[in-house]
Amino acid sequence: MATSSRSQVLSLYRMLIKESKKFPSYNYRSYALRRIRDAFRENQNVSDPKTLEALSNQAWDTLAVIQRQVSIGKLYTAQKTVVEDPVVKETR
Amino acid sequence: MFSKTNVGVIKNILGSIGGFPSQKFKYAESAVNAVHRERELIKSRELERDELRPLYMDFQATTPMDPRVLDAMLPYHVNYYGNPHSRTHAYGWESESAMEKARKQVADLIGADPREIVFTSGATESNNTAIKGVARFYKAKKKHVITSQTEHKCVLDSCRVLESEGFDVTYLPVQSNGLIDLKHLEEMIRPDTSLVSVMTVNNEIGVRQPIEQIGQICRSRNVFFHTDAAQAVGKVPINVADWKVDLMSISGHKIYGPKGVGALYVRRRPRVRLEPLQSGGGQERGLRSGTVPTPLAVGLGAACEIAQQEMQYDHRYISALANRFTQKVMAAIPDVIMNGDREQRYPGCINLSFAYVEGESLLMALKDVALSSGSACTSASLEPSYVLRAIGADEDLAHSSIRFGIGRFTTEAEVDYTANKCIQHVKRLREMSPLWEMVQEGIDLKSISWTQH
Repeated sequence: MATSSRSQVLSLYRMLIKESKKFPSYNYRSYALRRIRDAFRENQNVSDPKTLEALSNQAWDTLAVIQRQVSIGKLYTAQKTVVEDPVVKETR
Repeated sequence: MFSKTNVGVIKNILGSIGGFPSQKFKYAESAVNAVHRERELIKSRELERDELRPLYMDFQATTPMDPRVLDAMLPYHVNYYGNPHSRTHAYGWESESAMEKARKQVADLIGADPREIVFTSGATESNNTAIKGVARFYKAKKKHVITSQTEHKCVLDSCRVLESEGFDVTYLPVQSNGLIDLKHLEEMIRPDTSLVSVMTVNNEIGVRQPIEQIGQICRSRNVFFHTDAAQAVGKVPINVADWKVDLMSISGHKIYGPKGVGALYVRRRPRVRLEPLQSGGGQERGLRSGTVPTPLAVGLGAACEIAQQEMQYDHRYISALANRFTQKVMAAIPDVIMNGDREQRYPGCINLSFAYVEGESLLMALKDVALSSGSACTSASLEPSYVLRAIGADEDLAHSSIRFGIGRFTTEAEVDYTANKCIQHVKRLREMSPLWEMVQEGIDLKSISWTQH
């Protein structure tokens, strides 16, 4: 993997994680974090530029979805679930 | 746990029985008579603002919508509101192309042709349309329908209606593992059988019927085969061509899609014909008149596409969580029975019977977790589930069963929390239970004849 694209992928990953942490819903938040980590881990050895491009396009789309859904989630928050309290803990 | 008046009444009756310590008997009697008690244990109540939400572990009843599904739907709730059947303007065209894309997404998930998908309001409507539709269309020559005893209420009820219209319905019994006996099915098929309807994955005990073999049998005997796959679509790989299924019901809200939408697969070759339930504008090939709700259809399509992409990933994750849960619970408490076949099942639906504990009491104790003792449609009645009775579970075991649903959004922490609470409360309730005490003393409960009142 070329260095530039490697750093691009990493920054994309960081953005996705950062955005996913903003999900107010515990279940959506933990799913998004888990799914993003697993997807990047699954594809960490991909070197074919075409696949890489397709994957990063998909990630950009996902980032936009997460951003929109986080905003919606913030508009309609609900109570926390019993596993979140008292400290909000990371599940993994 | 027990109401005062109930105990008082029982005490009077038990006063006449000698030989056993009455304290023990008092509770035992009232546990046995749980069936006759008024439903009073679980009252509905809304959460307070500062209260914590219970965990959701009832994924067979319904699933939360995937954020990606909502994201696909919202534009059709906001800007693109055209009627997909309007042929004269852009509003109609954009809605139509969205609907057709969704149809293709649904079709791809089950290996069908998009033209074979009919949008409905949900699996209940799909089941009704399929069963009543096929039976009524072919009623001149064929008057027999076969289904199984563990089907969903809407299938059984549709069959009851057919019976009242003069059809013959065979309700196949299931074996103790919840699966139907293929030989028995084959014997039951008559020359005038028009339809066999067997569900793919059971909603209460999670067993997977041998759909492929049933499809084979039905095709060779020239009988149409309908399967209610509401609990299976998107969770197990499905191919209608390989399975030789002629009609299949799909539900949106069981696959992280919107509520109020579903689909019916109707085979084109060999063609299955049915009499529509609704009359009207002739939408959906005339099988289901009424405007297709574009946003809901788009949501169902998106949910199907996501399900297809995520099936393997979800399945692996859900199986791991399910194993973690059952192992944890079964290692910590004895006399826990898993209902349904151990192998032929969908792992995300775990139905456990906790012997000597009343299911309702356990559900009430586990108020931090959203659980159910069975199907949501029948959870209003205190009767033990007919599915559990059909697999031959003892009355008392059927009363002590709880269904745990694990899905895409369940976390490890939730599973551990549920398992720990479950272990703690089963132990506590058993300590209070005279039945459990008697078993510990080596008394065989089956040898006791309880008095009736």
